[in-house]
Amino acid sequence: MSSTHQPLLVAEGVGKNYGRHVGCRDVSFNLYQGEVLAIVGESGSGKSTLLQLLSTQMQPTSGRVLYRMRDGVTRDLAALGEAERRFLYRTDWGYVHQDPALGLRMKVSAGANVGERLMAVGWEHYGRIRSAAESWLERVEIEVGRIDDSPHTYSGGMRQRLQIARNLVTEPRLVFMDEPTGGLDVSVQARLLDLLRSLVTELGLAVVIVTHDLAVARLLSHRIMVMKEGRVIETGLTDQVLDDPREPYTQLLVSSILPA
Amino acid sequence: MNAQPAAYNFAYLDEQTKRMIRRAILKGIAIPGYQVPFASREMPMPYGWGTGGVQVTAAILGPDDTLKVIDQGSDDTTNAISIRKFFEKTAGVATTTVTTEATVIQTRHRIPEKELQDNQVLVYQVPIPEPLRFLEPRETETRRMHALAEYGLMHVKLYEDIAHHGHIATSYAYPVKVNARYVMDPSPTPKFDNPKMDDCAALQLFGAGREKRIYAVPPYTKVVSLDFEDHPFERYRHQAPCALCGADDSYLDEVVMDDKGGRMFVCSDTDHCETRRAEGFRGVQPEALA
Repeated sequence: MSSTHQPLLVAEGVGKNYGRHVGCRDVSFNLYQGEVLAIVGESGSGKSTLLQLLSTQMQPTSGRVLYRMRDGVTRDLAALGEAERRFLYRTDWGYVHQDPALGLRMKVSAGANVGERLMAVGWEHYGRIRSAAESWLERVEIEVGRIDDSPHTYSGGMRQRLQIARNLVTEPRLVFMDEPTGGLDVSVQARLLDLLRSLVTELGLAVVIVTHDLAVARLLSHRIMVMKEGRVIETGLTDQVLDDPREPYTQLLVSSILPA
Repeated sequence: MNAQPAAYNFAYLDEQTKRMIRRAILKGIAIPGYQVPFASREMPMPYGWGTGGVQVTAAILGPDDTLKVIDQGSDDTTNAISIRKFFEKTAGVATTTVTTEATVIQTRHRIPEKELQDNQVLVYQVPIPEPLRFLEPRETETRRMHALAEYGLMHVKLYEDIAHHGHIATSYAYPVKVNARYVMDPSPTPKFDNPKMDDCAALQLFGAGREKRIYAVPPYTKVVSLDFEDHPFERYRHQAPCALCGADDSYLDEVVMDDKGGRMFVCSDTDHCETRRAEGFRGVQPEALA
């Protein structure tokens, strides 16, 4: 069996307690290359906790998270050294924050924001860094003429697109997204979703996306996990779960969408 | 040890403090470019006047040393004179303005033009030792970046320079990589001086009093200025000869002469300029500042 048929990210019984309070418990799944997994649920359902556990920003209380590295070896993320973890973060992974200010360096120009990861992996040719930045700005539909402007001068939608470009410039295989369309108005959201969808297919990205917006999940994801009170209560193909929800809670979630 | 007049211990600091500082210096020498924390003392001068440099000098000074103090290359500014007098009074050591006669040279913002020798120590006064500070304000994070040799951010700074100015506009405190490991702020010396740090025969010590850090470049250590392949590091000096001594390879100060745009360029290293004039070299206005 070739390595691409093995899962990229594996969660095995992952759980997190905050003292006596349960953040999330017993989450298991496999994520394959090119697959988009949406984690949905209401506020406090544990989806952000889970995302932090998967992306090694927090250590799980129980269970473990495995990742197939670029060399094909699947490793327990908790066993990675800090240097390896940080290297993963600036090469093979991306993390798109809801608030672009958290994911961007607001004090430097858009071009430097996109180029930072390249410089972090040792690029030392200004011309090449700049043309990589330009081509990425184009891909995320930001006018190349704005390359030297600070993200402060960008609109919310542009900042979010810039954050995506900054993450994708090293061609990661796995991207975590935390409510990437939160705080954007509907038309900007639609454009961003379109962009995300085409980039995901083009690059064959695996994505774990946390959202409370079922429309986002339906547009982007192949599979969906519904969380409630820290547990996964329903999981399956996105269309299947959204069109024919089994759990009463999922039925409630689906029926609470305003008709378009 | 206590041959100097009353009250002060030799070179002002008590012996235990000097030992503590020497330990930090030794660690700094062992790990070139690494910022060693030390218990910086209050000194009888304000922060920003070289409290770090003074403590390093006090810790390494011996009764036989000859001390030279320069400020922006000059031996006769308030800062340089004060520190020189300070050690004359508290250590009773010989002082000089002649670079070649000095065994310890404390400096603010310049490296002497005259090539340093292996019997000399150059002590820098450092305001902000952390080269990553203005891009990453968290000390916890910058320390981790040093530990893991994550220096991409340094190039982000240079990238910004080129993006906004078309060339690397950083002209002082130009970041260097020491011994192919640590990125270091060479203190606010002009980048003209950076190449002098490379493979230098003298020991170079850096003291930051307010920030409580000491770092070092041992003799004959590789010091490389960061740059891009297509925008290589370049020295900068005003395109003029010194008006007093005619030197066309020294770092120059611009002196404004009047309010009609009159100006002249003179060597920033006063000793270098005086030595050359004593040797008979003359610029276009040799008497201008007399």
